[in-house]
Amino acid sequence: MIHPPALPHGLQLTADGRLRHFLTVEGLSRELLTRIMDTAESFASVTEQSVKKVPLLRGKTVVNLFFETSTRTRTTFELAAKRLSADVLNINVATSATSKGESLLDTIRNLEAMHVDMFVVRHDESGAAHFIARQVAPHISVINAGDGWHAHPTQAMLDMFTIRRLKQRFEGLKVAIVGDIFHSRVARSDIHALRILGVRDIRVVAPRTLLPTDIATLGVTPYCDLDEGIRDTDVIIMLRLQKERMSGAFIPSLHEYFSRFGLTDSRLVHARPDVIIMHPGPINRGVEIDSAVADGSRSVILQQVSHGIAVRMAVMSMAMQPAITPEKTT
Amino acid sequence: MSTPKERVIIRGGRVIDPANAVDDTLNVCLAGGRVVSVGHCPDGFQADLELDATGLVVCPGLIDLAARPGEPGLEHKATIASETRAAAAAGITTLCCMPDTRPTLDTAAVVNLVKERASLAGKVKVLPIGALTRGLNGKDLSDMSALKQAGCLAVSNAYAAVINPLVLRRALEYAASYDLLVILRPEDPHLANQGCVHEGAIATRLGLPGIPHAAETVAVAQVLALIEDTGVRVHFSQISSGRAVQMIRVARTQGIRVTADVAAHQLQWTDACVEDFDPLYHLRPPLRTEADRLALCQGVQEGVIAAICSAHQPHEPDAKRDTFPATEPGIAALETLLPLTLDQVTRGSLDIMTALAALTSQPARILGLESGHLSPGAPADLCLFDPAATWTVNAETWHSQGRNTPYWGCCLQGRVRYTLIDGCLVGNWTGIHTQR
Repeated sequence: MIHPPALPHGLQLTADGRLRHFLTVEGLSRELLTRIMDTAESFASVTEQSVKKVPLLRGKTVVNLFFETSTRTRTTFELAAKRLSADVLNINVATSATSKGESLLDTIRNLEAMHVDMFVVRHDESGAAHFIARQVAPHISVINAGDGWHAHPTQAMLDMFTIRRLKQRFEGLKVAIVGDIFHSRVARSDIHALRILGVRDIRVVAPRTLLPTDIATLGVTPYCDLDEGIRDTDVIIMLRLQKERMSGAFIPSLHEYFSRFGLTDSRLVHARPDVIIMHPGPINRGVEIDSAVADGSRSVILQQVSHGIAVRMAVMSMAMQPAITPEKTT
Repeated sequence: MSTPKERVIIRGGRVIDPANAVDDTLNVCLAGGRVVSVGHCPDGFQADLELDATGLVVCPGLIDLAARPGEPGLEHKATIASETRAAAAAGITTLCCMPDTRPTLDTAAVVNLVKERASLAGKVKVLPIGALTRGLNGKDLSDMSALKQAGCLAVSNAYAAVINPLVLRRALEYAASYDLLVILRPEDPHLANQGCVHEGAIATRLGLPGIPHAAETVAVAQVLALIEDTGVRVHFSQISSGRAVQMIRVARTQGIRVTADVAAHQLQWTDACVEDFDPLYHLRPPLRTEADRLALCQGVQEGVIAAICSAHQPHEPDAKRDTFPATEPGIAALETLLPLTLDQVTRGSLDIMTALAALTSQPARILGLESGHLSPGAPADLCLFDPAATWTVNAETWHSQGRNTPYWGCCLQGRVRYTLIDGCLVGNWTGIHTQR
């Protein structure tokens, strides 16, 4: 008898299964992820034209609400919103009201009162985007631009988009994610997306200190040896190693880390010859990746950045779809 | 409140008195604030008040080993007046208050303040637990003798750790000099590392910082070693892991004097509840795995974990209105203590005698109280509850100032009808009565 009420599932989907918020990849269907990539594909051509705008979000206001510093993610979200013709407001909260003691909820309430339509949120605490999505008015969409160690779903989708463009498939691929899995929202979101899209051989490669407990329950195989971990892989996703990890006793030195887990050309002989090297950025040259690899022919790191704009355009337009559909019909 | 001289007869109830292994339909007579008899009434016993307990269970009043009624200093969360009212409505007749108030319960003056507020509230018996170290700083011993004189039966460092094992050893020894029970919430702060959920598959999925089992077991092992050295009496508060249960089981078979309790919600839930970042499940210690939950239930049934506490920690709504890690841990749980414990009986993980012992006679024994049983001469602290009655948790039925419970709006089974303290009915019973 004593059971608390069922948890509100499907916070990010509308009753008919369309995207309302984009908080996490976990739990979404293969069809929906494919639709995001297909939509991104159609926007990719827009971003390559000389006039790079479509009017899908004209009259809408998008707020980039960043509680944590970011250059790449914020600028690509900003460009994506502008190319959809939305008005964009950038709020860097590190230099704003919460440093004066305003609560997260008050910040949200104040922005809501300005009649905005979408929040793109980055926050250093896991679950922040979920929290905001629960609080906002029904017409507002929340896009998670990274929350703590939990999720970075648009990064995962641009990674999937990049893999699909270059490999044309997901089934049968061998994918290794290398580096600080423990603190990585990118790794978690990539793992969910890869699983949903049908990748069965996913490896996570790191010393034990940087692998979260029970990581295998996510459907991945942990490796503590880089050569073993990347053997015969089609895709290698490198993660940034924050230099302050040494102080938490996660690794002894950057030198030792690079010698065991740094990706170099000589290590790459273990992977498939047509392996692609990905990295969510910003890269630490000589810490997790050698310059020769980062700048080499198999690196697709800069393609990921351009794909980020198309994917974010896709996600933003799809999340606003329930709101903009009535306007289309009138 | 009725006058203490009153003579009360409770007729027709199912008397469950674990300390005396009684479970039978019997009459109970009270007079002068004491139990007179269970079973036959003395010849010529004239009751001033007669309670019909048909369909009710009559048991000793509940004794809660860990609660935080907010005073002093946290009145925005709760007050002794509000929480003793909630306790009375929940059948709790003795409430232990943890020392992590503002200021902490580290001087006789603050302890006296708590006792005074409790006496003004005039509801349940409030037992302040003194601070083990000054300001709970983990470094300097508190004036434990003065705390004892002020009425503390036990001392504790609450959720704050005593990091230096030498200081901990001396604190235990010093407490033992005055025969004070030391209540410890075993958690190694370095291993807990500001985590907010159990370290496991769910923490990994949600990207939340985890608290490993070892944060508890390392602390338990350390304290057990110190007890072996010093022979002091320690009570572990709010055990959360199966491994700690096993360590305590082994220690007890080796004759080490140690007892333990568990929070009722730890028997009920696992970390799966955290799935949706619901801050109402942000608890300390964290909810752990199903294997832990089963081991805790078994530990209670076997008597390794003697008591079940509420770990009541009421909060103002804002404390839970933030991202999961930023919210304050804790649950308002006085009023769910009995229903949750009874649910373990319904589920078959505890028998009714063990369950009620864990709420009454066992905590009394741990604290060295004369209550917790219904022997003739014992304080007439009783709880009369309807095990079949259901009630919905809402603003009408709930008394605690803290509404931070996932059961808000839910239907619970098991409802207290009468609470008697020293033979007197306490509580405002209008609005508490519900239909069967």
